[in-house]
Amino acid sequence: MPAQEIHPGEPVTVDRYTLGARLNHWITAISLIVLALSGLAMFNPGLFFLTALFGGGQNTRVIHPWIGVVLFFSFLGLFLRFWRFNLWRRQDGIWLARVRDVISGQDENLPEIGKYNAGQKLVFWAMAFLIVVLILSGVVIWDQYFYLFTTIDQKRIAILVHAIAAILAICVWILHVYAAIWVRGTIRGMVRGSVTGGWAWRHHRKWLRELVGRNGGPTRPTKPAE
Amino acid sequence: MFPPLPNPTTVLVRPRFDERDMIRRSASTVTPPAQRQAPVAKLIDISKCIGCKACQAACLEWNDLHEEVGVNTGVYDNPHDLTANSFTLMRFTEWINPETQNLEWLIRKDGCMHCETPGCLEACPAPGAIVQYSNGIVDFVPENCIGCGNCIKGCPFNIPRISKVDSRAYKCTLCSDRVAIGQGPACAKACPTQAIVFGTQEEMKQHAAGRIADLKSRGYQSAGLYDPPGVGGTHVMYVLQHADKPSIYAGLPDNPRISPLISIWKGVARYAGPAAMAATVALGFIHHLISGANLVSAADEAQAKKLTEGTE
Repeated sequence: MPAQEIHPGEPVTVDRYTLGARLNHWITAISLIVLALSGLAMFNPGLFFLTALFGGGQNTRVIHPWIGVVLFFSFLGLFLRFWRFNLWRRQDGIWLARVRDVISGQDENLPEIGKYNAGQKLVFWAMAFLIVVLILSGVVIWDQYFYLFTTIDQKRIAILVHAIAAILAICVWILHVYAAIWVRGTIRGMVRGSVTGGWAWRHHRKWLRELVGRNGGPTRPTKPAE
Repeated sequence: MFPPLPNPTTVLVRPRFDERDMIRRSASTVTPPAQRQAPVAKLIDISKCIGCKACQAACLEWNDLHEEVGVNTGVYDNPHDLTANSFTLMRFTEWINPETQNLEWLIRKDGCMHCETPGCLEACPAPGAIVQYSNGIVDFVPENCIGCGNCIKGCPFNIPRISKVDSRAYKCTLCSDRVAIGQGPACAKACPTQAIVFGTQEEMKQHAAGRIADLKSRGYQSAGLYDPPGVGGTHVMYVLQHADKPSIYAGLPDNPRISPLISIWKGVARYAGPAAMAATVALGFIHHLISGANLVSAADEAQAKKLTEGTE
């Protein structure tokens, strides 16, 4: 019998993200975009006009940290869902070493990959690290509630750390979005929850084999993955 | 004695400077006016201060501010720190001079120094919330303030305060409204001992030189003018009996300058940050142009079908 996540058809489709995971992802995504826009508005004078999106400078300053809290907890949800799949494996080193083949789209030269490849794992851990840095430095400069808890010198460090971490997070986010666009068939995984079998075979073959194996497998038992 | 400020006339006077005289405006670029105002300055002679707090009262009075009734914790400072309502504050220090074993009561009128290179203005992200006029006055424009508190981080003297009422930053304006019509700051007007005097920067430096010579003749060998070069000089200057150690005056910074952290932050904000983000986007575009989309082939789908149906 076919695996629970695998739906026969033309093409075969494979469930990749549950509804909960997708909602969790998109709340995080929207928060991140709102944070980036409101943060940049208060960061670069040339982008101050973006405060109009949030009802003026004062409102932008008020909502930015609260959205940050939303993002922190929303990302925490993603972290708890996905951290196990993002642990570093032996094939990740090989994948990274063949980054030329990755960039040129020659997936056939790459090792078989589980649910996430090394690039996705790096994005995951980079975001996890940067979001922790952002929330901690953000609290230090959240003057409305936490002004008295730190010295001005500490706030000066925090504002610089916050800015650098935010820029890095935005750059990682750009890479994340670009990769999703470049590798066609990826976005439907996060929109509809499923990907085509061909997509899974091409990019995450080990994951596909595991799914086939886990739920009783196809008609005959599969050999353990590699 | 420096001549006291004249009383105002009853005739309506046109303001002598306005936004056309701005030389700096936060988060924006301004064309400096062709004709500059004569730089003004306030000189605070600490050796003449008797700690009466008339300046504090005059400041509240003129600016129509109301300080909360505080509590006495055994020191003369009242309130205990600058607030969004108290733009100026007498800070009292009891200092034993190690050379003479004399107890010296150092009373410093704290408040905005009106730096020539204002750290608050450099750090401010809101266009027009902080401005500097060609006469040197650094003024806050609360209507444009977003209340982020960056001015506090930019200031080397820990002066601006955010109001808990309207979440906007406030500090001494050097009574820009009074100065505009030829008057001096309210604190200078109220000072009974001429410890606070106001005039052009040149006049103030000359007057200070006389005061310093007098102090030196009376044994204060290290008397001097506090006009720190680290912030390009200030339009509020002190005559200090012990100019070699400003920090004994309730923590007056020995060598104030805009924190390098703030300068780096500004560099990241203006140049490095946008450049990094633009470069990442450009990388994506160029990559897509060169290598095109990473497409799933029909063969991939066929392989998947075989695997899932167990016919691999």
